[in-house]
Amino acid sequence: MQTWRRTLESLCLSFGAILVGLLLFGLFCAMVGANPLEVYGLIWKAAFGSASTFQNTLIRASPLMLSALCTALPARLGLVIIGNEGALVMGGLAAISIGLAIGTALPPILVQTAMAIAGLVAGGLWIAAAGALRHYRAVNETISSLLLNYIAIALLNHLVGGPMRDPSSLNKPSTFPLAEVNMLGDIPGTRVHWGLVYGLVACLITYFLMQRTTFGFAARTAGGNVRAARIAGLPVGKLTVIICFLAGSCAGLAGMVEVAAVQGTANESLNVGYGYGGILVAFAARHNPLAAVLISLLVGGILASGGILQRSLNLPDATVLVFQGLVFLVVLYSDSLYGKIRFFKEKPIITTSASPPSSPGEEPVVTV
Amino acid sequence: MTTVSSLTPALHLDHPPDLQVNGMTKRFGSLVALENLSMRLKPGSFHALLGENGAGKSTLVKCVMGFYQPTAGEVLIDGHSAQISNPRDAHRYGIGMVYQHFTSVPAMTVAENLVLSRFGGGGVINWKAELEELQAFMSSSPFQVPLETPIAQLAAGQKQKLEILKQIYLHSRILILDEPTSVLTPAEADEVLGLLRQQVSAGELSVLMISHKFREVTAFADEITVLRKGKFAGSGQVSQLTVADMAEMMMGEQKTPTPVQKNSQPNAVPVLEVRQLSAQKDNGTAAVSGLDLTVYSGEIVGIAGISGNGQRELVEVLAGQRVASAGEVWVNGEQYNATRAEMYRHQVFSLPEEPLRNACVGHMSVAENMALRTFDRPPQAKGILLILQAIRQTAVGLISQFSVKTPSPETPVQNLSGGNVQRAVLARELSAEQIKLLIAANPCFGLDFAAVDFIHTQILNARNRGVAVLLVSEDLDELLKLSDRLIVISGGQFTYQSPTATAEYTAIGHAMAGH
Repeated sequence: MQTWRRTLESLCLSFGAILVGLLLFGLFCAMVGANPLEVYGLIWKAAFGSASTFQNTLIRASPLMLSALCTALPARLGLVIIGNEGALVMGGLAAISIGLAIGTALPPILVQTAMAIAGLVAGGLWIAAAGALRHYRAVNETISSLLLNYIAIALLNHLVGGPMRDPSSLNKPSTFPLAEVNMLGDIPGTRVHWGLVYGLVACLITYFLMQRTTFGFAARTAGGNVRAARIAGLPVGKLTVIICFLAGSCAGLAGMVEVAAVQGTANESLNVGYGYGGILVAFAARHNPLAAVLISLLVGGILASGGILQRSLNLPDATVLVFQGLVFLVVLYSDSLYGKIRFFKEKPIITTSASPPSSPGEEPVVTV
Repeated sequence: MTTVSSLTPALHLDHPPDLQVNGMTKRFGSLVALENLSMRLKPGSFHALLGENGAGKSTLVKCVMGFYQPTAGEVLIDGHSAQISNPRDAHRYGIGMVYQHFTSVPAMTVAENLVLSRFGGGGVINWKAELEELQAFMSSSPFQVPLETPIAQLAAGQKQKLEILKQIYLHSRILILDEPTSVLTPAEADEVLGLLRQQVSAGELSVLMISHKFREVTAFADEITVLRKGKFAGSGQVSQLTVADMAEMMMGEQKTPTPVQKNSQPNAVPVLEVRQLSAQKDNGTAAVSGLDLTVYSGEIVGIAGISGNGQRELVEVLAGQRVASAGEVWVNGEQYNATRAEMYRHQVFSLPEEPLRNACVGHMSVAENMALRTFDRPPQAKGILLILQAIRQTAVGLISQFSVKTPSPETPVQNLSGGNVQRAVLARELSAEQIKLLIAANPCFGLDFAAVDFIHTQILNARNRGVAVLLVSEDLDELLKLSDRLIVISGGQFTYQSPTATAEYTAIGHAMAGH
């Protein structure tokens, strides 16, 4: 077995990319006059330095995990979906609508469940639309999902600025707030809300779904070679739409978590970048849901350090976005290095002449 | 035009040089592809290079052409050691190669392609002068191909002629041909090789041809060199050898093709019925229109035709890779839309051409690929859960039963050699107990005799078990050997039908050419 080389390749390239991104970011900081080492130190302290700050990281990591699945799942089907932000916003909007509509008429647990389902369905339908366009009308799913982001954000702005606006929200238009009892609580003993558990469970379920179920097998087949999938009679269109629905649901759930656990209302804070951060996480994790958990922690930590960088070093708040952008570029670049580094290559299979006579195919047959 | 002059041969040869290969060895890592091989291509002779897949024929000519650097050994041109480190060097010695597949630009005309083949940069092309020169060249060349015609409108035979013309145009005196007739009809092949033969007899050319077809070798070649497992296995004058001798050199033992044993099927029932089927090509033009076809149980129906006449689209519709634009497919008396449930209910299997492209997921493991038909049923699945252990066990069984050479069941299938990918697919598609219908398309394309024999035997066994087989192939010999009924497709229509026993060779040729 030589698969360890490939596992090591994934690990080295993913973490290597993040390290290189870190170095480039150091250069950037030096250029704007900050000491890179000091910046690294602050990021570390702000992200993982103490139990208290690590909780900040966890809070930010949970929507990233969910949002990353929105890109990671369709990637197994060979689709590049970047509509995470839109699905997240739609999920948040649907969740707050249901939450406000039910109000306190039902026990909180039922309200929360209803909100979660609303978020799942809304986000799911949003990305399923991109999947359906892809399969039935051959519309490029990357472009359509990106454009759906703009529609979702515009819809959010319209609703919180008009029909759903709470008149008391003055400088930051928001919907009416969710009743306090209906808010998602914290995991006992921490400041981390239950959204983290949603994220972890979603990543686990997704991993299991793709690797250990017939559905995942069919999806991987269709993603690997659609012609082979067709010859096996697999319903490629259905798989595409279902996978996209599941992917969107995860991002939609992230929106619900943001609304029900953090913001308490729906407002422009919904699209602060968890959507795009999720794309970054998915690519860095090579679309592996379990790896996405770890990468989410890392990216969550970086996001959490933004405020401290601003306060201590007088760097603009957007500095962490520069960091995120740099890391994203390096991660995408690192993707092109797979199979190029000699050490990670599996040894070629050599059929020696010890094989019985007249055995076929001792050299690859090239058919064009 | 200096750039052009640098491309013309250093030795402006009037006659083909004497080409010798001395003690050629080529290793790839620990794999010895070619070991201490020597051969001689006499000036003005037609030399055939025979050997199974992987015997080292391609490696040998690639070393001569300078694509590979030999580990040991040298090439002698007219007795002098020649340093050939790339195809351009080979060309300077007057050696040119014609590839198995066409290398002309379809959207450009013949004249443009010829100029392109020689063009090495510069800036301006004087078309008037070029065309005059080309016309003069064409009138003195062995083949005539209309200069103004776009390549896309040429028939395969004409395209192959153009590939050869290109080499003559570039003043090559030694032509290396890599299975030049694999895409031609027998008539076209005979014409092209016959014209080359005339050039060789006139002392204008030497030809070194890689071939799998004994018929062509005995008809056109003077001499053969046979390779087996990278080593010299024999050589001789064609006039003094029988086909059996040549086969023996190649296989290492006398081996006639497995005799075809067919039992008669008393209660044949129609299994596959195609009714007024039409389908389109990818570009939306009609590929096949209004086809009617019935295949009975225990019968092999062969569909012959030159590639590009609609057989690919027909197979894709039947295999579920393409949606028919009109018409119906019925299997076992029920309408069939190639869904997974229908495939399972009617036990329909397929052996598509280019298995890695059509029937496998390259990066998934051999075991997973072998489970493609069965992963969602017990024992490989329990509800929606995959039973990985069962998938692995099935694969281990199939790997040994069908002698698939793979390091492990977990190896990605794309790491296997072509013949073994084919075997893996064969194992998956033919191991089911109750196959009713098998759709095979060029199942032996590019494989060596042993693999071909194996696949033929498997298909015949299936037929004798009562499976209805639709066999689409570009290899007429294969169809004549295996099929019970023969149908010729041309221009998306069936142009000839006959029981194979009474089929007429000339009529088939005419029907294939669309007459």
